[in-house]
Amino acid sequence: MLGFVIRRLLMSIPVVIAVSFLVFLMVAGSGDPLADLRARPNVPAAVIQARREQLHLDKPIVTRYAIWAKGFVKGDFGNTLGGQNVRTLLWQRLQVTLRMVVLATLIAVIIAIAAGVISAVRQYTVTDYSITFLGFLFLSMPVFWLAALLKEYGAIRINNLLGTQLVFTVGEATPNLTGNWFHRMGDYIGHLALPTAALVMISVAGWSRYQRASMLDVMSSDYIRLARAKGLTPRRVMIRHALRNALIPITTVVALDFGAVLGGAVITEKVFSWQGMGSMLIDAVNNIDVNELLAWLMVTTIIVILFNLVADILYAYLDPRIRYD
Amino acid sequence: MTEVRREPAAATAAGEHQPAGMQPGTPEREFTVEARSQLRMVVRRFLQHRLAVASLIVLVLVIVASLIGGRIWHYGFEQVGPDLSRPPSWKHPFGTDGIGHDTLAQVLRGAQKSVQIALLVAFVSTGFGTVVGALAGYYGGKIDTALMRLTDLVLSIPAIAFLAVLAARVRHGSGNWLFIALALSALAWTYIARTVRATFLSLREKEFVEAARALGAKDRRIIFRHLLPNAVGPIIVAATIAVAVTILYETSLSYLGLGIHPPDTSLGLLISQNESAATTRPWLFYFPGLFIVIIALTVNFVGDGLRDAFDPTQTRVRA
Amino acid sequence: MADIVLEVEDLTVDFPTDDGIVHAVRGVSFTLERGEVLGIVGESGSGKSVTSLAIMRLLPKTARLGGSVRYEGRELLGLNEKEMGAIRGAEIAMIFQDPMTSLNPVYTIGWQLAEAVRAHRDVTKQEAWTRAVNLLELVGIPRARDRANNYPHEFSGGMRQRVVIAMAMANDPDVIIADEPTTALDVTVQAQILETLATAQAETRAAIVLITHDLGVVAGMADDVLVMYAGKPVEIGTVDEIYYHTRMPYTLGLLGSLPRLDAAGDEQLTPIKGSPPSLINLPPGCPFSPRCPLTRPHCDEREPDLRPVVGAAHLAACHYAEELSGDVVAAEVFEATAADAGDVK
Repeated sequence: MLGFVIRRLLMSIPVVIAVSFLVFLMVAGSGDPLADLRARPNVPAAVIQARREQLHLDKPIVTRYAIWAKGFVKGDFGNTLGGQNVRTLLWQRLQVTLRMVVLATLIAVIIAIAAGVISAVRQYTVTDYSITFLGFLFLSMPVFWLAALLKEYGAIRINNLLGTQLVFTVGEATPNLTGNWFHRMGDYIGHLALPTAALVMISVAGWSRYQRASMLDVMSSDYIRLARAKGLTPRRVMIRHALRNALIPITTVVALDFGAVLGGAVITEKVFSWQGMGSMLIDAVNNIDVNELLAWLMVTTIIVILFNLVADILYAYLDPRIRYD
Repeated sequence: MTEVRREPAAATAAGEHQPAGMQPGTPEREFTVEARSQLRMVVRRFLQHRLAVASLIVLVLVIVASLIGGRIWHYGFEQVGPDLSRPPSWKHPFGTDGIGHDTLAQVLRGAQKSVQIALLVAFVSTGFGTVVGALAGYYGGKIDTALMRLTDLVLSIPAIAFLAVLAARVRHGSGNWLFIALALSALAWTYIARTVRATFLSLREKEFVEAARALGAKDRRIIFRHLLPNAVGPIIVAATIAVAVTILYETSLSYLGLGIHPPDTSLGLLISQNESAATTRPWLFYFPGLFIVIIALTVNFVGDGLRDAFDPTQTRVRA
Repeated sequence: MADIVLEVEDLTVDFPTDDGIVHAVRGVSFTLERGEVLGIVGESGSGKSVTSLAIMRLLPKTARLGGSVRYEGRELLGLNEKEMGAIRGAEIAMIFQDPMTSLNPVYTIGWQLAEAVRAHRDVTKQEAWTRAVNLLELVGIPRARDRANNYPHEFSGGMRQRVVIAMAMANDPDVIIADEPTTALDVTVQAQILETLATAQAETRAAIVLITHDLGVVAGMADDVLVMYAGKPVEIGTVDEIYYHTRMPYTLGLLGSLPRLDAAGDEQLTPIKGSPPSLINLPPGCPFSPRCPLTRPHCDEREPDLRPVVGAAHLAACHYAEELSGDVVAAEVFEATAADAGDVK
């Protein structure tokens, strides 16, 4: 098993390198970082030329890539156009966003598995049709619209119901909040509630359908029939045999969907005015801030590749057939 | 050159005689007869899904409305009138916004953009994705590995960022929707490629391929005459899903301000401009949103119905 | 007095489908004595598998069952899931066709065997494990103690089927139903599996219902044979009677299409033309009539009942069963097909 893990890890390295090159090409081709300088009047050509050299724009693309890559590997992500250290900024924003993403994923997985299993076991009943329809509905809803709905309606209703402002709609935390850890956690959760709910609803919609299909597939298999023929209780057949096998595909789906959940978080952050990875990306794209964009893309891509790796390992752990690859 | 053409995986009711055959001179006729009857079966199965059929009707209406509605409706989407922030009325069925735009005109314009982009993406990504998937699935080995690695690379990058960076290239001007469509295609093809590859991999092992090859049929013939027609079902289903996802991504990009820009409009842009008015002037917020939901929902239902119609393995009980 | 362990009376199974109701089983009756081996023979779609699944009550919920199935006098068709669960695996055990998919891939076979034991007996994990290893040794798995820790995919098809047989033996059932246990396996392995099945019978002294489409398999093992066609039994008798004194054209055709090592070199096989009928819209007469070389107009009017032809123990469903008197050979009754017409007879 350990050999499997190490081999997969090693295989990821060339992928990361290849992606870094792809990302660099994309960002380098996404626009002219000197556009703002050129657009301004009265800027002498020498200044533009100097800036050009400073940003290495006069060198061939492979060289530029090498310069950036060397720095990146050493941990030097450069500065934003505004002069901020990209690495510090990225780290700070990443923590904010990961709070939402991790919490949403955990909650959504549990609900999705439950919904999918119930839907499969009660196939063709009203419960099944309702869950399926709701799934389709939320899958067809853009996350920003859903988030905005929650923001405009959910917050006021809940706060009125409880008499106090428990749920927030702006930002990821109350600024300058003092108090102990509990107090801060409560504040975080209050701010997390609605955005996470939006992400959860959409993730559950997709994953529960997948889990339903997986469960149905397993339930009609020969080994389930044999388990029943052995005289096992229906509950044992369902949990120990059916569910155990039906859970295998979804673990990988969830791990692989991390990129999508992150994308959803990026959008949701804008609705709730969070200062996370979302606003960082939007600023970076609008300003064509090459350093910021490169760091953003590379770090998130590495996390996605890592999650793919986790998915592979999890799969091997759960399914003995593919362990000795 | 005669070929043995076997009916792949068709579930014939017991008692029907299977037309196997070495009939010199008629492989073309055999092929088209079978294709037509299979198509009829698919259509028949699809028509049995009332929800899918209803969705198809609604979808077609919406597409037609969005493509030509803007021309018919007497208000332009950029047009500004004297009525500000009016709720829906006979004059303005979707109401107006704070500047005096007719919301129906704007929603139609936004829908038109979304549909345009989605259709183009479906076309381009299906074309490219099918080629890549077919090559990978049929030839296997190194070609397959190389192509799949490429697909994986593209998929490693979080989609939103990938799209944002690609679409950032052309920021202003009305040609901007084309770039967005191409950016979305650059992502959507991976999904189609995977589906086609999986289908080809499973079909490649079937006996009729071996038989064709044994009779000397060239690769190209096998791919085009035997494998592709059987892959049409999964391709269409994958394409519909790609369309639904594309619409959601395009509107999301526009919402973030990274997609379609003013002066043009998109359903996502409309929502971002009016989200604070959700409670005070709900018509500005709901109509664009509902349009997105309706389009995506109907596409999803149709896709689901198509998947059931093409897939012969059903959960109906047989003897 | 015969000790009857399983009695099936007029069992019917219907499946409602989009295209109509499929009458998969249209009235099966037989009795099984303790220790007896009954072979149920028929082609695909004859209803033999559905019959066995109906006895075990393992059919999907949409299936409609009728008639009566009595195990040691107790009616099984009305029992709820919990009551059936106590019978399955402990009193009546089942072996399925495809060993590659019968076992759960994520648990070791030792674990799965022990589970079968602990489902019906109050024993410790250790005791169940010991019994599991025992069972593996009984069915001929080498190095059983080590192999019990392996997963199903680490075994060949034949070994997996032996494991399934071991599972069926685990609780000393009185009836073992083997649904096409050798169909998915190579011929060389088939013999081994049949041997293992014989071991199972010796160990548990259970009665066996052996379902197959292969008459060769039945010949070696069965005491009695039930031939099924289009959802109904068409001939029942002892194995000798069926093989040597066939009374139903279909059975004759089956025997004639069987290649035999002791046949003369130029003897032809006589396949039965055509395919089985649809079970949704059955014509009124004998379902075998369209393919029968002895068909008369009367055959298409009325479906023949299963009636005693030679004594009470040999029954056949054919209006003209008496015409097949005793030692008829298939080649005399069935024509060679067009493909063979060019050869010298």
